[in-house]
Order: sequence, then structure tokens, then C-alpha cells
Amino acid sequence: MSKITSLADLKKRREELKSGLDIRVKAIDPENVVQVKVAMATCGIASGAKTIMEFFLEQLDRRNIAAVVTQTGCMGYCYAEPTIEVKLPGQDPVVFGFVDLKRADQIIEKYIKTGELVDGIIPVNYQTIDLKE
Amino acid sequence: MKELSLNILDIVQNSIRAKADEISVAISESVSNDSYEISITDNGTGIPTAILKNVTDPFITTRTKRRMGMGLALLKYHAEITGGKVEIKSEEGKGTEVKATFSYKHIDRQPLGDIVGVLLILMASNEKVNFIYRHITEKGEYRFSSGETKRYLETDTFSDRDLLKEIGSMIRENLKGLEASGIDFIENHIISL
Repeated sequence: MSKITSLADLKKRREELKSGLDIRVKAIDPENVVQVKVAMATCGIASGAKTIMEFFLEQLDRRNIAAVVTQTGCMGYCYAEPTIEVKLPGQDPVVFGFVDLKRADQIIEKYIKTGELVDGIIPVNYQTIDLKE
Repeated sequence: MKELSLNILDIVQNSIRAKADEISVAISESVSNDSYEISITDNGTGIPTAILKNVTDPFITTRTKRRMGMGLALLKYHAEITGGKVEIKSEEGKGTEVKATFSYKHIDRQPLGDIVGVLLILMASNEKVNFIYRHITEKGEYRFSSGETKRYLETDTFSDRDLLKEIGSMIRENLKGLEASGIDFIENHIISL
């Protein structure tokens, strides 16, 4: 495959892939797919959130799981970074902490595919420090 | 943070929180002038004047939860240890410019790292924002705009991973022509040793 160096090359390449692209783009409706939010504040970035986000972007697509992967600010769990929030369709979101590549793989294989909980869940009753103004 | 691209990712988060819909990242490097400059400009809400003068203080932030803001403080630290500095200009309602200058050859200047990967995840998760990336070296200049790319490709989304990968390849190929990506002084220096 020739190298892509310009928008014209990119457009040509996209035309070659177009049938596949259209099917997948149309399939994404945030309410009916898995939603993954990666905390991307200083604490998250310094702990490896970029690598985790790239992993989810790549692997959910490779494993044919319809999902929206996006970023969010600090969720307040700086001690447990990288943290991610996963929302399966029709369910409450679950926050996972200390997400490395191994745990990210477990989250996809166990929680996202089968609904089985895995280690690293941050309890919903955990309260962040919220100082008054 | 081990790479300047991660510092950039962090500072861009401030622009996104400030509701900017156009964010420019410009990197200008010159070996002969021993300068390495990163500029991040947005058209967001701007920084209130009262906060602007202390904005690199890690305990000054507009957040109400987790009242610390380490991003600019870290960038300032990384710039100053190379003899550089951080300048911030902001006007409420108009936007903000953060400019960090480094010594190119200083041993403590971090490598740029995976700036293309940073751009791609920003584009994937902030589809309404036009990200403009400029990289200037002594060999020339490369400019990429996510908004222009969308218009040219007649698409309104970057949700397709294959398309993102191809965009990444395109940017990397162009940066290779400038000898800008992955050819940092420190890396070269270590290899030559």
C-alpha cells in the first residue's frame, strides 16, 4: 500500500474503505452501545490514561464491540488513576480504578462482554473531598 | 510526565473545559538557535484576571472539586529546568494562549513523544473541536487541521478507527519529512554516544 502524505491520498484511501466505514459509523448510537469514559486530567495522563484510551479505541473496534470511547476530566479518584467509567446499555455506570493494560483487557473480556464484575471497582458511595467555597 | 506531548494533552484539557471549539498547537524547533517552543491557543472562555496572575500556582484552580491544578505548574517546571519559561495570555470571552519555551539542547528537555497519538485521541473524543497542529523546523513547516480534513473528506465524524489510523499515518509521514517526529536531540545524542 502506498504511503498517505496528503488529504487527496487520504480521500482516495477512504474511498477504498468506504463500504466498511459507512456500516460502522451508522451503527453508533451512544444510548445503545457501550460507553467508556477515560479520566484525562493531569493525574490520569501522568498515570498512563493515554495508553489506556488508545487500547480501548483499538481493541473494542478489533473485537467488534460497538462502543463510544471518550474522555472526561478528573473524576476525583486521583489515588486510583488511570480510572475509567464504563456504562453498559441500560445499566448504571461503573468506575474502575488502577486500570493497566491487563485490567483493561479483563474489563473488555469479562465486564463488557459478559457483565461479570472484575477487580478495581470504585464503590459508588466513595465521596471525593468537596470543600465549600 | 515523561513526554512533552503528554504536557500538551494536559494543557489542551483546560481549553476543552473552557468550551473552546478551535484549539491550535504549534511546535517550533530550531537546533541552531537552541530553541524549542510550544504554543497552545484556544478560543475558549478565557481565564479570569484575578486567577491569571497566579495560574501556575498548583493550588489555584477554577474547579470546585479537587482544588488543585497541576497542568500549568508542571509545564512551567519542565520549561524552567531547561532555562526556559511559560507565558500565558488570556482575555475573558476571547481565549487563551499558553507559550512554553525550552532550550532545545538541554539534557533535561523532555522528548516530544507521541504527539500524533495525542492528536488522534483528542480528535476521537472531541469531534466538535477543530484541532490545528503546526510543526515548524529548520527544514520547513507542516500544518494539519481536523476541521479542514473533515470538510475535505465530507464527513462529520472521526468515529471510524481505520480512518483515524490513516490520518495518523499521513501526519507521521509529513513529520518525517521535517525530521521532527521522534528525532529529538537527546535521542540522537544518546544514539551517537
